[in-house]
Amino acid sequence: MNKLTIKRYCHIKNNRIYVDGELMYAYKKAEGLRAFAKSVYRYLKPSYNRFFKMDEISKLGFLAAEVLLSDFGKSTYYDEDVSIILSNSHSTLITDQEHQLTVDDYDNFFPSPSVFVYTLPNIMIGEISIRHKFKGENTFFIVENFNAELITNHINSLFLTQKSKAFVGGWINQSESDYEAFMYVVSADGSIPHNTIEISRLYKLIS
Amino acid sequence: MVYFRSDNILSSLGTTTEENFTSMVSDKIGIISIDDPRYYPEAFPASIIDQTTLNKEFNIIANKYSNNDSYTKLEKMLIVSIYNALSKTDIDIKSSRSAIILSTTKGNVDLLSSDKKNSYDSKRVFLWKLGEVIQEFFKNPNKVIVISNACVSGVLAINTAAMYIDFGQFDNIVVTGGDLISRFVVSGFMSFLSLSPSACKPFDKDRDGLTLGEAAGTIVLSNNPDPKQQSIIFKGGATANDANHISGPSRTAEGSYIAIKKALRQANINPEQIDHISSHGTATPYNDEMESIAIERHGLENVPVNSIKGYLGHTLGAAGIIETAILLEEMRQNTVVKTAGFKESGVSRPINIIDYNYDKEISTCLKMASGFGGSNAAMIISKV
Repeated sequence: MNKLTIKRYCHIKNNRIYVDGELMYAYKKAEGLRAFAKSVYRYLKPSYNRFFKMDEISKLGFLAAEVLLSDFGKSTYYDEDVSIILSNSHSTLITDQEHQLTVDDYDNFFPSPSVFVYTLPNIMIGEISIRHKFKGENTFFIVENFNAELITNHINSLFLTQKSKAFVGGWINQSESDYEAFMYVVSADGSIPHNTIEISRLYKLIS
Repeated sequence: MVYFRSDNILSSLGTTTEENFTSMVSDKIGIISIDDPRYYPEAFPASIIDQTTLNKEFNIIANKYSNNDSYTKLEKMLIVSIYNALSKTDIDIKSSRSAIILSTTKGNVDLLSSDKKNSYDSKRVFLWKLGEVIQEFFKNPNKVIVISNACVSGVLAINTAAMYIDFGQFDNIVVTGGDLISRFVVSGFMSFLSLSPSACKPFDKDRDGLTLGEAAGTIVLSNNPDPKQQSIIFKGGATANDANHISGPSRTAEGSYIAIKKALRQANINPEQIDHISSHGTATPYNDEMESIAIERHGLENVPVNSIKGYLGHTLGAAGIIETAILLEEMRQNTVVKTAGFKESGVSRPINIIDYNYDKEISTCLKMASGFGGSNAAMIISKV
């Protein structure tokens, strides 16, 4: 059986996108995730109308996957052999707060299904799966801080039990004041060994 | 091998798996009409845990631990459920070889509401913090692993626990799960028009949506069997995504089909060896139809299938765990529980939905789950 490697990784933070540690795109304005995501969409031009229905954190995860998977080589895998294992600390708190505002007051009560559906962190996994036709394993972990060991062990175990051949791992978080994405591809055809030390190192590469 | 050592269900039908099972086989339904503006402006059917009864149960345990801290309703539910499950075993929860995995969709989401905002530390709304509160109560040395993957969280948490034990990461894992009936969740599902006006009717021709439920459940897994009891082991499990829609299932049951296929492959068994299926069975038109397709595509149309959501509603993060606990009790008692609310099939595939309780030798079972985000899960368990 082939060994797993880290094939590609990307960071999105401070309104900048880095692929394999190299700056790919920078948004000059000091605006929040909403405006930044829109500018990245215009830059990447994926022509994908579903994007505009997504909440902000799903947009962040979607865009990270867009830049990460541009050279993935999906055709070499069966749909069911590509898995997505993500994590964060805030779940969907910002979207939760948006939904909560619509139900707090019965004199001003207007819950919306299009907001409510995004109040689950794994909806982002669903969006990436739809876009890239990935039908493998899914898990969303909630951890206080990025936990390289948890995700690395999980991916290795799924690989060893022959559940999946390639993986998208990462951390996609949105808090009240900031956001951060770190996403990577794990497969047999990369050049960096897949282990906790390397994943931790790559996560910290862009500060 | 990974053994199912102990389990618990805390719900409106009781504080143990046995109580819940006995209620179900005596046709007791935990779903009532809730008329409480804290949850929704109008009355709606749901299964809910009585706060006074919960406080009584919790205080007995907190006294044993000399713990005077203040806990939310969900924290109390999870602590009582874990305590009750562990009390039937000799497993040392304080050992570094024991871990806890928590399955929840929304955790202490009620703390977001304007009337509760300042009642607890604001961090309490984070799901990892909920894990930390439980870890500290039981003095477990490992960080609680929190999985939030919509309605498949419970089955996924059990699959994950079994995988970690199999790889020697831990000797014992307590898988616990729970979610609240909250204004957040009730209003959200209401806006989706997915709630039934009466207790839900899984697989029935008149099914008209799901019913929400509040519960906590616990499953204790170990690499060590209990010689005093019939051993039931984890055989295989998988998740799969439909890659089709974020709030509705695949019309071809793609993800569910793949999850079952991978679980069968890991279990190394043929579909003919399955004696009983515990479905997700939410009673929404699309979910039940999709499951009937997945079941038929695997040639399992003659296998007795049930859904227990007609008794306790859809308990979200607890669902996969309490449904597995009932499945384990069905295997121990060799009795299949009927699908409450079901009268006449309303799915297109000719599957064998259980409409009365009966005795049957049960050795190998399939558990199914599906949820928002296109997620699906399957698990196979077996007597040895």
